[in-house]
Amino acid sequence: MTGRRKLSGIGAAGGVGLLALLPLAGLPAFYDSFLYIIFYWISLATSWAILSGFAGYFSFGHAAFFGAGMYTTATLSVKFGVPFLVTLPIAAAVAAALAVGIGAVVFRLKQLRGELFALLTLAVSFVVATIILNTGIDGGAGVLTSSVAVPHLMPSPSGTIYLLGLLMCAGTLAITYVIAHSRLGLGLFAIHDDEDVAEVKGIPTFRYKLTAFALSAAIAGAVGGVHAIYVGFLTVSETFGIAVPLYVVLMSVLGGARHWLGPAVGAAIIAASLYAFTSGDQAMIGRGFVAFLLVVAILILPEGIVPSLQRWWARLRTRAATPPAVSEAPGVVAVTGNEKASGKVASLHPQTRAILEIRDVHKSFGGLQALRGVTLDVREGEILGLVGPNGSGKTTLINVITGHFPLTSGSLLLDGTAIGDLPAHGIAGRGIARTYQIPRPFAHLTVLDNVALAAAFGAAELSRAASLVEARRWLDFTGLRAKETMLPADLNLHERKFLELARALSASPRLLLLDEVLSGLNPAEIDRAIGLIREIRAQGTTIVFVEHLMRAVVELSDRIAVLNEGALFALGEPAAVMRDPRVVSIYLGKAYAA
Amino acid sequence: MPSMTLLGQSLVSGVLLGGLYGLVALGLSLSWGLLRLVNLAHFALAFLGAYLVYHLGTVWHLSPWWAALLIAPLFFAFGVLQHAVFLYFRVTELTSLLATFGISVIIESALQWIWTADFRRFETHYASTSLKLGPIYVPVVELAACVAAAALAWATWAWLRWTYVGKALRAAAEDPEIAVAFGINRRGLAFLLSGVCAAYAGVAGAFIALISTLAPSQIWTWLGVVFAVVIIGRLGNPLGALAAGVLIGAAESLAMATFSPAWAPVVSFSVLIVLLLWQPDWS
Repeated sequence: MTGRRKLSGIGAAGGVGLLALLPLAGLPAFYDSFLYIIFYWISLATSWAILSGFAGYFSFGHAAFFGAGMYTTATLSVKFGVPFLVTLPIAAAVAAALAVGIGAVVFRLKQLRGELFALLTLAVSFVVATIILNTGIDGGAGVLTSSVAVPHLMPSPSGTIYLLGLLMCAGTLAITYVIAHSRLGLGLFAIHDDEDVAEVKGIPTFRYKLTAFALSAAIAGAVGGVHAIYVGFLTVSETFGIAVPLYVVLMSVLGGARHWLGPAVGAAIIAASLYAFTSGDQAMIGRGFVAFLLVVAILILPEGIVPSLQRWWARLRTRAATPPAVSEAPGVVAVTGNEKASGKVASLHPQTRAILEIRDVHKSFGGLQALRGVTLDVREGEILGLVGPNGSGKTTLINVITGHFPLTSGSLLLDGTAIGDLPAHGIAGRGIARTYQIPRPFAHLTVLDNVALAAAFGAAELSRAASLVEARRWLDFTGLRAKETMLPADLNLHERKFLELARALSASPRLLLLDEVLSGLNPAEIDRAIGLIREIRAQGTTIVFVEHLMRAVVELSDRIAVLNEGALFALGEPAAVMRDPRVVSIYLGKAYAA
Repeated sequence: MPSMTLLGQSLVSGVLLGGLYGLVALGLSLSWGLLRLVNLAHFALAFLGAYLVYHLGTVWHLSPWWAALLIAPLFFAFGVLQHAVFLYFRVTELTSLLATFGISVIIESALQWIWTADFRRFETHYASTSLKLGPIYVPVVELAACVAAAALAWATWAWLRWTYVGKALRAAAEDPEIAVAFGINRRGLAFLLSGVCAAYAGVAGAFIALISTLAPSQIWTWLGVVFAVVIIGRLGNPLGALAAGVLIGAAESLAMATFSPAWAPVVSFSVLIVLLLWQPDWS
């Protein structure tokens, strides 16, 4: 595998080297220009996809960063005589700074996802355009850059611009490839599918989005810097027009915005066909025809060309290969090792120290008080059953402990350290994991990647290879190993519930919060799940367990905490608590309490 | 500081232009808010309508009002057809944006092919007529556009609020599956709404033909400001779209009078940015 990768790396480098020699071949300048335009669109579309394709934050404001780079290079080289090549990193830095400024505000606001982010970025690019138009930077007359001296990297200036375009393009693709196969990329893919869950699974979403935005803008800025010289004359209406944002979106979506190579394929197709139609009488018909192809492509291949081809290729290969062995029949697989932990079980029942201290925790949503002063200790190694009627605040308590909701007041201590003010990913990193009542897997990641991601960003912060080993261990444990290459949508409900469990466990949590893992399962599946929960505890993990199914609660819990109307109502041994007439009355009404 | 007359005049012009913004925004807001489809082709359709009114008026000497009546059912059919295609291919909110961008470019190319890229102006004898209120001129056509926008917005609002069909549409937008479980014919309603939105584009087009100069590339100039209007007015809210249109139109026009015309775009987009960041809860 690594050998093949090295080989393709050498192949790519060789290809770039050969292309770099093209201007020396003495071909007409048309070829330089045509290929430059293709490289230019590949770089722009690919840079756009780093944030918008990978993380799903569709930006319509890519022209703002591209334009900032163009005008930085134009201003510095024309008005201040800065050498052209020196202006390029500055152009990238200016664009990145603009993106960081926008992102630092916008990425803090949960409501600004989806279409609203797209519109906001569009608006920002129009504002930037108007400012440049009405100030000395452009002033409405445009900036002439054709007199800027271009270094003699190649015999002709157009050859030099071609070479720079090629280097930009190769660099952009290399950066994007590395990102797509890194922790950052995995985190961005998870943000795309479900940002809230991503944060709770330990991904620093704010920092990742900001990093992706800055990288994306920096590349666009540098590409803009080169393009400023290529066009020779800059106008605000051309630079900040609708063409750049719309074409990069279309190219990426056509090729497949979630794949590192997708935007490049889309860009090559669209740019080549647009170039073919820019001259002559066919221009309009050609444009219309390209647009028509685009509509058809989007309707038929909504995921994009590259992912669709990949899927088709994978299907072809699995048909050729022997079907995967399903001998590893689902069932409870004995967990190896950890005798130390199972030895500990017996001694768990007596008083142990508190792993989590919940101190007078309040949480209100507007006028609604969901939690009104909960104080509760979770002891190391215990299974604490958390019960209460619907709306009593059980799930809110879990959301507060994991940091998904900030506290209104009160404090949370994990091993004596305050975690109440930490962001959710920080809390996940300290060893708290949860499952969701309604499973929320990352829809576009395979079962294996869903679990491996939690291992990579959980308390142990495993490397990619180690996280895969850990993930497979828990897929074995939950009996999902045979389905590791499937997408979550192909699993049934109880498999998805077990996927939730595997995902929480692979984070190597010290404290595991289970939110109604048993609801919706049939009696046989419930028995299996109860067995799994016992084994998890046997390995030394502390469990808080929200459940309506009283049989399971009584069977599993060492202690039961009853919540009612946002406050702790009762706490103690299962049998004693469940016999308490006041507890019975809040569950079943006063009449049964006697 | 400009004179009061100038400010008053620009306020009136701005409000009237804002009515037209609201009229164009109306169909876009409805399809986005109630069908979850971002229909970029709405702008192209409005300009197609404008060119048809222009053509019927200059070549066949048909009054724009009759032309609008003729176009509206045609566009209704187009909207239904477009929705049928989108439904068949299970178009989502995001892919609708891309697909309708493609449709817009197709329409733009067709406009350019038939009517060329030159600027066209629909000359009518009332195009330059104005009422005079004290020192302020009120152009008749723009007043009519504003009145039509208000009437359509109000009628749509009443339709959504008080009729069974309107309530069913709002319910289906809120939670499609539950609405269907309660016996709402969501597919049928979606076809109806899609047709209505397209017909509104035709009506807006008739007024665009009367008020502004036509060129195929102008399709894109309306994009930013109308999207700002749609968001500020809240998705799917007809009266909100009208109010936001008037607000933006007036703000732009006053900014042009007090500062410089070149700064006008900043006004609507700054308003949009501030509102997106601040997110007041006024629905």
